[in-house]
Amino acid sequence: MSIVTVQLGQCGNQIGFEVFDALNTDSHCPQGLCSKRENEAYQASCKERFFSEEENGVPIARAVLVDMEPKVTSQTLSKAAQSGRWKYGQHSCFCQKQGSGNNWAYGYSVHGPRHEEAIMNLIQKEVEKCDSLSGFFIIMSMAGGTGSGLGAFVTQNLQDQYSNSLKMNQIIWPYGTGEVIVQNYNSVLTLSHLYRSSDALLVHENDALHKICAKLMNIKQISFSDINQVLAHQLGSVFQPTYSVEGSCHYRRNPLGGFKDPALYTSWLEPIHAVNVWKTQRAFSKYEKSAALVSNSQFLLKPLDTIVGKAWNMFASKAYIHQYTKFGIEEEDFLDSFALLEQVVASYCNL
Amino acid sequence: MTQSVVVQVGQCGNQIGCCFWDLALREHAAVNQKGIYDEAISSFFRNVDTRVVGDGGSISKGKICSLKARAVLIDMEEGVVNEILQGPLRDVFDSKQLITDISGSGNNWAVGHKVFGSLYQEQILEKLRKSAEHCDCLQCFFIIHSMGGGTGSGLGTFLLKVLEDEFPEVYRFVTSIYPSGEDDVITSPYNSILAMKELNEHADCVLPIDNQSLFDIISKIDLMVNSGKLGTTVKPKSLVTSSAGAVKKRHQKPFDAMNNIVANLLLNLTSSARFEGSLNMDLNEISMNLVPFPQLHYLVSSLTPLYTLADVNIPTRRLDQMFSDAFSKDHQLIRADPKHSLYLACALMVRGNVQVSDLRRNIERLKPSLQFVSWNQEGWKTSLCSVPPVGHSHSLLALANNTCVKPTFMELKERFMRLYRKKAHLHHYLQIEGMEESCFMEAVSSLSGLVEEYNQLDATKSMPVEDLPRLSIAV
Repeated sequence: MSIVTVQLGQCGNQIGFEVFDALNTDSHCPQGLCSKRENEAYQASCKERFFSEEENGVPIARAVLVDMEPKVTSQTLSKAAQSGRWKYGQHSCFCQKQGSGNNWAYGYSVHGPRHEEAIMNLIQKEVEKCDSLSGFFIIMSMAGGTGSGLGAFVTQNLQDQYSNSLKMNQIIWPYGTGEVIVQNYNSVLTLSHLYRSSDALLVHENDALHKICAKLMNIKQISFSDINQVLAHQLGSVFQPTYSVEGSCHYRRNPLGGFKDPALYTSWLEPIHAVNVWKTQRAFSKYEKSAALVSNSQFLLKPLDTIVGKAWNMFASKAYIHQYTKFGIEEEDFLDSFALLEQVVASYCNL
Repeated sequence: MTQSVVVQVGQCGNQIGCCFWDLALREHAAVNQKGIYDEAISSFFRNVDTRVVGDGGSISKGKICSLKARAVLIDMEEGVVNEILQGPLRDVFDSKQLITDISGSGNNWAVGHKVFGSLYQEQILEKLRKSAEHCDCLQCFFIIHSMGGGTGSGLGTFLLKVLEDEFPEVYRFVTSIYPSGEDDVITSPYNSILAMKELNEHADCVLPIDNQSLFDIISKIDLMVNSGKLGTTVKPKSLVTSSAGAVKKRHQKPFDAMNNIVANLLLNLTSSARFEGSLNMDLNEISMNLVPFPQLHYLVSSLTPLYTLADVNIPTRRLDQMFSDAFSKDHQLIRADPKHSLYLACALMVRGNVQVSDLRRNIERLKPSLQFVSWNQEGWKTSLCSVPPVGHSHSLLALANNTCVKPTFMELKERFMRLYRKKAHLHHYLQIEGMEESCFMEAVSSLSGLVEEYNQLDATKSMPVEDLPRLSIAV
C-alpha cells in the first residue's frame, strides 16, 4: 500500500526532500542484518510505499510539491535529481510567483480556493499511480503562510475527497523565540482547522530538534539542514516497513493503519491496546538497532498551552488582526479557533 | 518570483537611486557568473534586445542581452536626471521612463504636490502602468525621496496616492530621507510635516533615514581609515561606502558615500526575496510581521558591516560582533534610541554563511537588554539568505518597529511650530491653488495622532507583563 506525500511551503518541501532521501538511503543500505530474502522484501515494500518506478530505474517519489513561490521547489527538485538515486516527478510540482507572506489568511482564503483545482488534480494523478492507497502524509509548518494556511485548506479538501483514506499531518512547531512574529496566530488557526480534518498530527518541535543536534549530536553550527535530517531520520524509522501480524517476511500492508485508533481526543484505552509495537528484523540505515517512539500523551500540553496563551495575549491587543481581516479571516474565526484549542487543552489536562 | 519597480523622485531620490542601480548591477554580476537572465535578476531588471525598435524587445529567458532597470525617474528640474543619462549608467535606464520639467519645485511641497501633481498625473500613471505591464508579477513599489525639499517631498508623496488607487495590491515601500537639524533648506520642516501626513495615510512601510546619521557613519569610517586604528584590516574605499570595483565607474561625488549606504539597505532588504536561503523572507512578509497596526509602519534600520574586513574566514566571535553592532547606535540609519524605548517588532535579515543556531544564540544574548511590548515578547522575525553581499562573508540588516521614532517626529513638529507660529514663509505655500492653512493644521494633527499612538504604547512599558485571563469554555 502506498502513501502519497504532499509537501507544502518552504519548510514542508525542505523536510520532504530529507525524508525521501533518508528513506531511499535506508532501503538501499547494504547492512541489512537480516537474510537476503528479507532484505529484498523490505526494499520492495519500502519502494512501493514511497516511490514509483521509472523506466530507467530511478525511483520517483510519490509526492506532490506545493509552494506559492518558486525558489524552494526548484531547489528541492534539482537537489533530488542531482543525487542520481531518486527524483521527484517532472510534473509533480505546483508553484506560483508570490508567496503567502506569512499570512495564514492569505494561504487559506486566497491561495486555497484559487489553486484548489490544480493542486487536487496533481494529487489525484499521484493517487492514480498507486495500486492501493494507504493514505496521505502532509508535511507543513505552522508558523508561516503557505504550509500553515494552504496546508489546512488542502487537508480539508483531502478529507472531503478521500474520506476513506488516512490523513496524517507532519506539523513543525516553530521555535519558541520567533522565527515569525505572527507564528502564534498562524499556529492556532492551523491546529484548530487540522483538528477537524486530519486523522493524526505528528508533531516535531524545532526547539526539540535543535537540542538533539546540540546535545546529542554535538553539532557546533546547526543549520536547518541538520535539523531536517534529524527529523527525516526519525520519520524514516517510523515509516519503514515492519512485520505484520502474519509474522516475518510479510510486511505490514497498511503503514498508517495503526494510527487510526489513538485519536486526538482522548478515549480511555485498555493497557493492552495502549502501546502498539511494530518490529522488524532489518536494521534502519547505518544503525544496528533502533527504536522509534510515537506517542500520544500529555507531552504536548505545555507547548500547546504556551502557544495559545501567547496568541491570546496578542489577540487581546488586536495587533496584526488587520492583516488577517484583509483576507477574510475575521475576529470570530480567531475566537472559534481559540475555543476549540482551549477544549483540547482541557481534555489533555483531564487525563 | 516577483518583480519590484523603483520610483525615484527629486534630486535626492534620483541620486540614491543611481547608487542603488549601480550596486544592484554589481551584485548580480558577482552572483550570476554565466550571464543568464534568471529570476533573481528579473526582480529589478528587464532583459531587452536593443535591436528591436519599440516595445517588442523584451526577452524573458536565456542570455542577458541588455539590462534595463525597472525604474521610473521623476524630477522637476533636469540637472540630475540629465547627468544620469549622460553618465555610465545611461544604458540601464529606459529613456521613456522619465518625467522631467525645467523649473524645479523651489523647495516647496505645495508646488511639488499640487502644481506638478496635477500637471503630471496622467504621465505618471502612464509610466507606472508601463512598468507594471513589463512585470510578470509585480509585488512592490520602492519610492525613494527626501522629505525636506519640494519635488521628492511633494510630488513623491502625491505619487503614493496614485499608486494606492491604481495598484492597491502592490506594496508601497518608502525610503524617506529626513532633514537634519542644520538643514540648509529653511522650509524643510513644513515640507516634511506635510509629507508625513501622506506617508501616514498611503504608505505600507516607511524607512526613515536621516542625513546626520549617514554623515556620522561616514565620518567614523574615515576616521578609522585615516587613523590606522584597524591597520590594514580596513580597506580604504571599502565596497559598502564607495563604488570602487563597481561595474560602472563613477567619480566620487560628495553625497555618494552616504547614498551608497542607503542603496545597500535596499539591496539587503530584498536579498532574501531574490536569492535562495534556508529561511526565506519575501517583501510581503516585512509588512505582515513588522506592522501590527496600520499607522505604525515606520521602521528603524541598522546595517552591518559598514566596512569590509580583510579576513574571509571569520571565526564565531566576529559573527556575534555583527549582531551586537546591529543593535548599536553607530550602525543605525536614523538617530534614535531603541534600547531605551519599546520594541513592537524586530526583523533580522542575515546574509551569508550563517545558520539558525548562530541566529538563536545571538537573539538569546541580546534579548535581555531590549524591551518588547507585552503582547509581543518574542517579536522576532528572522531570515537566512545564503548569498552574501559583494565583498563580505556575511551581513545583517535589522529592521525595528520601535517607539524610539517618536522623539524624531516630535522634534520635527517642534521645528515646524517655530516657523508656523511666526507664519514664516507661509505665503509661498498659500499662494498655490488648493493650499490653505487647514492643510497645515491637518498635517500637524495627523502627526500628533501618530505620536499619541506611540505614547499609548510607551505607557505600557512600565507595567508588569501579565497574562490575560484565557477563554474559559464548558468542558
